[in-house]
Amino acid sequence: MAELSAAPSAAVFAPRLGACPACDAVPLAQRLADRAEAQAPARLILSLPQAHCAICITDIEDALAAHPGVRGARVNLTLRRVTVDAPGLTAADLIPVLARIGYEAHELDPDALATTTADRAGRDLLMRIGVSGFAMMNVMVLSVAVWSGAEAATRDLFHWISGAIALPTVAFAGQPFFASAWASLKARRLGMDVPISLALILASAISVFETAHSGHHAYFDAAVMLCFFLLIGRYLDHRTRAIARSAAAELTALEVPRATRLQGGAEHVVPVAELRAGDLIRVRPGGRIPADGEVVDGASEIDRALLTGETLPVPAQPGMMLSAGEVNLTGPLVIRVTAAGQDSSLARLTALVEAAENARGRYTSLAERAARGYSPAVHALAFSSFLGWFWFSGDLRLAVNIAAAVLIITCPCALGLAVPAVATSASGRLFRRGLLIKDGTALERLAEVDTVVFDKTGTLTMGQPQLLAADLPEGLRPVARALAQASSHPLAQALAAGLAEVEPATLTEVTEIPGKGITACWNGRMVRLGRADWLDAPEGPEDALLSSWFGIEGGAPCRITFSDRLRPGAAECVAALGAAGKRVILLSGDRPAAVSHLAAELGIAEWQAGVSPTGKAERVGALSEAGAKVLMVGDGLNDTAALARAHASVSPASALDAARVASDMVLTGQDLAPVAEAIAIAQRATTRIRENFVISFGYNVLAVPIALAGFATPLLAALAMSISSVTVTLNALRLNR
Amino acid sequence: MDILTILIPVSLGLGAAGLLAFIWALRSRQFEDPKGDGERILSDRWDDRPRPD
Repeated sequence: MAELSAAPSAAVFAPRLGACPACDAVPLAQRLADRAEAQAPARLILSLPQAHCAICITDIEDALAAHPGVRGARVNLTLRRVTVDAPGLTAADLIPVLARIGYEAHELDPDALATTTADRAGRDLLMRIGVSGFAMMNVMVLSVAVWSGAEAATRDLFHWISGAIALPTVAFAGQPFFASAWASLKARRLGMDVPISLALILASAISVFETAHSGHHAYFDAAVMLCFFLLIGRYLDHRTRAIARSAAAELTALEVPRATRLQGGAEHVVPVAELRAGDLIRVRPGGRIPADGEVVDGASEIDRALLTGETLPVPAQPGMMLSAGEVNLTGPLVIRVTAAGQDSSLARLTALVEAAENARGRYTSLAERAARGYSPAVHALAFSSFLGWFWFSGDLRLAVNIAAAVLIITCPCALGLAVPAVATSASGRLFRRGLLIKDGTALERLAEVDTVVFDKTGTLTMGQPQLLAADLPEGLRPVARALAQASSHPLAQALAAGLAEVEPATLTEVTEIPGKGITACWNGRMVRLGRADWLDAPEGPEDALLSSWFGIEGGAPCRITFSDRLRPGAAECVAALGAAGKRVILLSGDRPAAVSHLAAELGIAEWQAGVSPTGKAERVGALSEAGAKVLMVGDGLNDTAALARAHASVSPASALDAARVASDMVLTGQDLAPVAEAIAIAQRATTRIRENFVISFGYNVLAVPIALAGFATPLLAALAMSISSVTVTLNALRLNR
Repeated sequence: MDILTILIPVSLGLGAAGLLAFIWALRSRQFEDPKGDGERILSDRWDDRPRPD
């Protein structure tokens, strides 16, 4: 549990504080309008990214139940959420309760999640699997008797009982296939579901006819078995999709954005969607700027890392224009909104993202490509066997029987399981390694990647400065420590952390001067910590390092240097990608000195500094046009357009909402190493999918000639179907080893 | 073959009982949180008496 309780300390500089206003503004406004008057919901849903064991469950439930006003709390460990029944309380009351016992929690918007509909569809499919499974067992028992040689009246009785079980089952359990086949026929397409539905209907009809005429072969067992296996594939598919969808919904629902509006001298907290141009808003230190605007009052420093990739904070004074998404660091600011919601610079970036995403939506998955060739072939085969046998023998009953047998044998049982089974086991494995897949085709696209583009700040590095060297006389270290811990500026925090073992000195008259630094009185002398120009320090060498200066009255200022900490696993990830023969490129909006230093440290040969957000997207676009399949790894707003444009994309969990929404995959932990591993797993997964196709086609190639020759029996159909389905599933499960 | 008149209804009845049990489990939301239910067994919170609902 030690590593869990350490996590919240990252909140000082990490971009967890606010949200991407513009991306959320549009759906949020819609939702607010739908909800009419916002009432306090009795049910709150919090996401718990760190919950993972039995102790977590009891800890969380007990802590919440002990909080006054909470009527009940239930943790769902599969979805990593807790549902709290607490009328009158808000998420803001409960998040600190969980933070105290060491759990990170985020508010989720119950409306955005709309879990009920997805759940209902899943339960519906499970119910149909249960019913067809029951029917299959019973019909199989009766069929075994027929295959072992039941004769005359007994066989007819068994066939009738099988029919009585199978017909209602096919009518009920086959509905998902019938509905989707009807939809694709109306759109004048031949989907995978058309031959399935045809096989189900034809098998049932032919079996009723044969039973009524005391025939030898009835395919009731085949029809029910077909339903059962195909429904399993459908359910696995639904589950991976539902998890992906809920991950996406969770990301947009994270942190409902609000702003503090000044009206007649009073402060009101309003949703960002309600901000209008001309409104005055207050942004406290540590808060994210909710809308584009001009500074009216106050002085501070602004962190633009997420927008531009710059690691160095920029001073802000009245008159300066700020963009939504930047973080206010040291002093409170009053801002006059110039553009909010759809007009803001953020919304323009979002539009860019949408355009790029539409382009990527045209990717056709392996399953679609297989289905496209498969359906017409099956129909042609069954129809020509019918015509051939009818012409050859003149027996309509025989010809229809053979055509039905061909349809049943070629039915894509294994094909329907081939992709979902692999996708389920691969995404399960990636999830355990700390990578959440949001998009269904992401796995296949990831497997094709040959070029990896990294962002610097916040992706390869943590975006958190770390003390490198404090060029201070021994006696002044306690003073520097005391001065540093009084400020919330990231560099001061890093200095305080770096001097943690030094006992802080006692200071008086500590004042923070926003945009400049912090000053205090020590033993009657003034001490200062802050920017070089404020302390009249000599211009330092232009290098990769961030610096801050410490000065004491009557002494020369000393330089204190910081470096951005590497993300754990970054070096291993880059090395593994290089070893796998991928081309690695570093694109950053930061200063050339900082970027070249990092590129040299990680051994990245290709790098570019000072790249603008559109520049990144263009570079990725140019690489794609040159034939490269690009994987973009980034976290900032400046990366979103590039993330959406790339063939596949990954962003860390600490990334801004917009970036996570634009990516296919999200890293749930801090470690970057899973990225390199994910490519390898994805490649193995696509190999498995191809193998599965070969296996199921192989069974068809063996069984179809037998069916065409008219030797197919219900026993053979049942054997071919179950053996191919089981082999395909086992092959998919090999991924988990 | 008279035994069939007993055995077939019995086998169908047993199958139906299994199906009804499955439908009941589904209705009472026992498949909502498979991982959590597996972990909850390890907690000794409600070992002495059942959790009051």
